[in-house]
Amino acid sequence: MISQYDVAIIGGGNAALCAAMTAAEAGARVLILEAAPKPYRGGNSRHTRNFRCMHSKPAGPLVETYCEDEYFADLMKVTGGKTDEHLARLAIRRSEECLPWMQAHGVHFQPSLSGTLSLARTNAFFMGGGKGLVNAYYRTAERLGVEVLYEAVVTHLELEESLITRVDYTHGGAPNAISPKSVIVASGGFQADIDWLARAWGEQARNFLIRGTPYNRGVVLADLLDQGVESVGDPTQCHAVAIDGRAPKFDGGIVTRLDCVPFSIVVNKHAERFYDEGEDVWPKRYAIWGRLVAAQPDQVGYVIIDAKSLNLFMPSVFPPIKADTLEELAEKLGLPPDRLQATVAEFNAACGDTSPFHPTELDGVATAGLTPSKSNWARPITEPPFYGYSLRTGVTFTYLGLKVDENAQCSTRNGPIRNLWAAGETMAGSILGQGYLAGFGMTIGTVFGRIAGREAAAHAS
Amino acid sequence: MQAELLKEARRQAEICNACRYCEGYCSVFPALHRLRAFSDADLMQFANLCHNCRGCFYACQYTAPHEFDLNLPGILADLRQDSWEEFAWPQAPAKAFQRNGVLIALVTVLGFALLFVAARFLGPAGGEGFYAVLSHTAMVAIFAPAFLFPLLSLGVSIRRYWGETGGGSVAFSDLKGALVSAAKMKNLAAGHGEGCNFEDEDRFSHARRHAHHLVMYGFLLCFAATTSGTVMHYAFGLHAPYPLWSLPKLLGVTGGLMLTAGAFWMVRLKLRSARELGSATAWGGEMAFVVLLGFVAGSGLALYLFGQTVAMPTLLALHLGAVLAFFLLTPFTKMAHGFYRMAALVREENSKRSSS
Repeated sequence: MISQYDVAIIGGGNAALCAAMTAAEAGARVLILEAAPKPYRGGNSRHTRNFRCMHSKPAGPLVETYCEDEYFADLMKVTGGKTDEHLARLAIRRSEECLPWMQAHGVHFQPSLSGTLSLARTNAFFMGGGKGLVNAYYRTAERLGVEVLYEAVVTHLELEESLITRVDYTHGGAPNAISPKSVIVASGGFQADIDWLARAWGEQARNFLIRGTPYNRGVVLADLLDQGVESVGDPTQCHAVAIDGRAPKFDGGIVTRLDCVPFSIVVNKHAERFYDEGEDVWPKRYAIWGRLVAAQPDQVGYVIIDAKSLNLFMPSVFPPIKADTLEELAEKLGLPPDRLQATVAEFNAACGDTSPFHPTELDGVATAGLTPSKSNWARPITEPPFYGYSLRTGVTFTYLGLKVDENAQCSTRNGPIRNLWAAGETMAGSILGQGYLAGFGMTIGTVFGRIAGREAAAHAS
Repeated sequence: MQAELLKEARRQAEICNACRYCEGYCSVFPALHRLRAFSDADLMQFANLCHNCRGCFYACQYTAPHEFDLNLPGILADLRQDSWEEFAWPQAPAKAFQRNGVLIALVTVLGFALLFVAARFLGPAGGEGFYAVLSHTAMVAIFAPAFLFPLLSLGVSIRRYWGETGGGSVAFSDLKGALVSAAKMKNLAAGHGEGCNFEDEDRFSHARRHAHHLVMYGFLLCFAATTSGTVMHYAFGLHAPYPLWSLPKLLGVTGGLMLTAGAFWMVRLKLRSARELGSATAWGGEMAFVVLLGFVAGSGLALYLFGQTVAMPTLLALHLGAVLAFFLLTPFTKMAHGFYRMAALVREENSKRSSS
């Protein structure tokens, strides 16, 4: 390892790799400091599967067209207007040139996955998913001469006036320091630091599951915020969905999602319903259920369905709990049996004509005189065997991050930090105030990773 | 043993079915994603459809040290191996040879010995060329049963496989689809056509696919050489030895070169690949089979090169001994995979058709 690097990149996921390859191609000597061991390299990018891409004509796996205004409108819908329009449009416009760039750097795409046909026009799927992309990028980066240190945990960036003068990290248990000319932070959010999550959200956050990597602990983010680097985003905000309660504490990823809520009733640990399960189609509602479950006692919920609904949704990682009677199901799930039977009976009695039932459209099959009501897909739960899943809050990412400008550059109150850039999840709060649009995280990471790499290399030369 | 394998394969397949990221790699995933629950027969079909390209393993976000500990190519390889032993007729030799390289070597040596003894005691009966060592009649007496028995055995096995996996009636389009897939080794190319992840972790390469092409097409050319010789002998009364510019020689020499090179390449690749992503217990058996196949081809070429020298009778006994062992062991070694693979590919075309 050489002692003088042009560019040091903190993090080893999509944004970090895009920055590294871009900087190396511009002639810079680049070092990646990845906190995770090699099998877990890539941060949350390992769990991603697609890239939302603007295109004015069919491109790669993408059909038809997807223009800037439509893309931006889709984004505004999910963020409720909490979006930096300038940076968002920059990310959207640049996404088009990213697709061929990604292919040239080893990424393979595949047709939209079964069950995701609604995204065939807007999202390009990586063959093999995000880990396939990460593997390809590491191969390309290493061919370009980028050095990679795994299990290299950055602990501190020394900020002197408007310059980062030193990067402290531990590697193999020993403390190290380097003074690269440029530094790029691409180390994600802080959601794996449960204590921080609990400080921001409250003690109930200790019962949350973290869907992604356990290595996004926000160490560098906290260090920079302590030194007065400008931040963006609400610390109490995180993207949270309801996932299978049996999922592992970390890294459960895509397979722990449950798509059965619209066809079910969802109860809390007292076997009481608490929200309209059929409010809207699931892709528009799954992101609010994380918060709904978080507000229930012990931050847990239980989905109850019957035999006729079992095949209406994507299978998930664990088979459901199965029982011939509701009483038995309640016992297996640890719910009060008489309460569950009463709740189901009350729900069933409120169901009306189910003949218009249509699993993929708002069918208006609703309950009458029930609180909370169920506005669609309300069919009585009568057909054994009965099935149940437990639900917990699964955190995907946090919104609090570093504020950047259109060059991905970080700043303090006194102005830009001359040699510090940020890319990916750690600055996504600059664009996404709340909500999430499938595949947009990879767009932000790719676009701003490339910008940061270009700027960092230019500064170093 | 098998119940445990099936249970583990089912656990892994259920995780794959909830993820689906690998859908573009090979035929296994679309087949898996068509179903919601997996019967034992479904899992066996996936196992025989899997070409062990390993693309899904290196792309998987759930491999060890993750607690889900996925290794789909590994568990399918174990199950595949097990299914070949299960469906074999008779079962005992499959259980003995599939995983045991030493036993394969032993049978080969016995083959050598048998041919030496045959040459010594059955004798030439006045033929010329190779028939000066062992007469045509004696060769036919030894090799006709050694060729027909494996065909019968495999016929029974594939019938069992077809019945067990619930295969329907076969349409011409099923056969065509399967043949095209096998001819191109489509399942070793990945959906993007850049090959598999075999000899250097996650790097895509066509090495294994091309090595397999050499072996497969080399073998088919050698087989065609023998067939053309048989036809020339019986239909046209043209008896060996044949000149270089004859069908048996042209096909045989080309095929022999390809098969020898392919087997050598395959061994090298196999030595560099991660064992735990295949059937680790069958490694020795597989390796011995590839070496035997390479030896059959190599000794055939040597026979062509040194057929006019004093080494010829020895080489002939070695070559024919290896061929004998190879034929007899076909249903009970890795060679069987070609037949099961074809059945699985036809079966997959079959279910694609009935589900569309």
